[in-house]
Amino acid sequence: MPIPDTSEQSGTISAMTQAVQVSGLRKTYTTKKVTTAAVDGVDLSINTGEIFALLGPNGAGKSTTVEILEGYRHRDAGEVSVLGEDPQTAGTRWRERIGIVLQNTKDLSLLTVRESLRTFSYYYPNARGADELMELVGLSGKADAKLTALSGGQRRRMDVALGIIGRPELLFLDEPTTGFDPEARRQFWDLIRQLRADGTTILLTTHYLDEAEALADRVGVINAGKVIEVNTPDRLGGRHGAEATVRYRDPSGELVSIGTNTPTETVRELMQRFDNAEIPELTVARPSLEDVYLKMIGVPAA
Amino acid sequence: MSSTSQTNTSVRAGSGRRISLAAMCRARAVAEIKAFLRQKESVVFTLAFPVIMLVLFGTIFGSNKADGGINFATYFVPGMIGAGILASSFQTLAIQIPIERDDGLLKRLRGTPMPKAAYFIGKVAMVLFVMLLEIILLTVVGMIMFGLKLPVDANHWLVLIALVLLGTTTLTLLGIAFSSLPRTGSSAPALVTPIALVLQFISGVFFPFYQLPTWLQEVAAIFPLKWLTQGLRYAFLPDAAKGNEPAGAWELGKVFGMLGLWAVIGMVLCLLTFRWRSSNDG
Repeated sequence: MPIPDTSEQSGTISAMTQAVQVSGLRKTYTTKKVTTAAVDGVDLSINTGEIFALLGPNGAGKSTTVEILEGYRHRDAGEVSVLGEDPQTAGTRWRERIGIVLQNTKDLSLLTVRESLRTFSYYYPNARGADELMELVGLSGKADAKLTALSGGQRRRMDVALGIIGRPELLFLDEPTTGFDPEARRQFWDLIRQLRADGTTILLTTHYLDEAEALADRVGVINAGKVIEVNTPDRLGGRHGAEATVRYRDPSGELVSIGTNTPTETVRELMQRFDNAEIPELTVARPSLEDVYLKMIGVPAA
Repeated sequence: MSSTSQTNTSVRAGSGRRISLAAMCRARAVAEIKAFLRQKESVVFTLAFPVIMLVLFGTIFGSNKADGGINFATYFVPGMIGAGILASSFQTLAIQIPIERDDGLLKRLRGTPMPKAAYFIGKVAMVLFVMLLEIILLTVVGMIMFGLKLPVDANHWLVLIALVLLGTTTLTLLGIAFSSLPRTGSSAPALVTPIALVLQFISGVFFPFYQLPTWLQEVAAIFPLKWLTQGLRYAFLPDAAKGNEPAGAWELGKVFGMLGLWAVIGMVLCLLTFRWRSSNDG
């Protein structure tokens, strides 16, 4: 029996609510006559307005995927739609709607913060003003500092300022907080949340699992060129249903760990054993995002 | 129509007034010139070096006489101006662009809506700025110390202006084309400087061209700098000095022809080879 084909129609509808849609993406590199697939059939969709974190070890195909979405690289196969356009052929109008924060930048060293912001403001219609940007990213007071005089964290904030100068609908953040001290990271996270509240879709790649957990609405794990799972941070890798660990110190002074699917029951038993007194050093823990992530990419638990 | 709202969310990307290409180019030109002037090495090597060389060579060989009753020192000045044009266009760009490719500026710019042309026009504006400064500097020093005279009539002025414009265009295009050769930014000076030096030695900058062996003159005649310096000697030196040229004439047709040919070659190479990404970048 023929099934009515509705795929085209639903495709149009989802394209409107999805900032990024990728299916069957492939990219191979040939070095010394050996061809390897850096990206080997990636499927991905990012909803408009969400923060999506892409996780994966170095060499997993993360950067290649992101650079294809940013329009820096051409793909070998697959379908890619970013803000409704193919990045490979999209023009300046499309570039006005995206913002990119690259990693390891060391350019613009001879200009001051304000001069760099001014120069880049000419590339976008409706660019944010230099003062507004410096306020947003926390560089007020550094207007006349040369970029070489900024600390690593300040330099990164400058990159973010240049990334959001054109009020992008979609922002690519590539390892934005490398080298930040804890306080600077918290401030940075607030900025990212503020951008989401303003309706910006954000694709974040990071090596910090706590960062993904704090910011991302959904995370995708990429390994060996494939997306192995996409889920909310609290459900990734079956984390919410995973065995809990109950830990306490027993009267002989030994630290005891019990793996259990019913931690409440275990604690109740312990309370009876300790006559409802305080159970020494009691903790009940589910695996952290880092634990499930490491398991997913095949690193044995510590 | 409500355009009074000032909140961040009400203004979306791309919704505003488009900025003209001219304004973008001006912004790039200002950034380029500021960056150039703030880099002490580039100011010293590009602007001051040709002046220092002129003073040195003019002082050492100054009293020797060349054909047409002029001093060597006077003969050197147009060649040195040619070297100044080479330094501010070819050398500057062939060293600067690989550094900008390495430090990520080119990649960053490619990720913005800035038209590619704005980058190159900004570079050309910087080159013109530096070169004008350089020509004025060398001409003034040449006039004060070595008896250089300004072009004698409108015709010589016209040739000078046309030569400077065509020569800059050619050497700018060749500089951009050459910038794709160095693998890293730090290796660029080591690759570019010897080439520039050899060209200067064989193109009548540091030695009178007529003193070179014929075969070396023929090698030099393949490259644009020899023709640029020859044309500049026409513009600045008395007509009798043409006896110093290999053909015994100024050969202005060949001068413009060869520079034009190299401009075309440079343009084609730029279009075929220009890279926005470092070769280390995957």
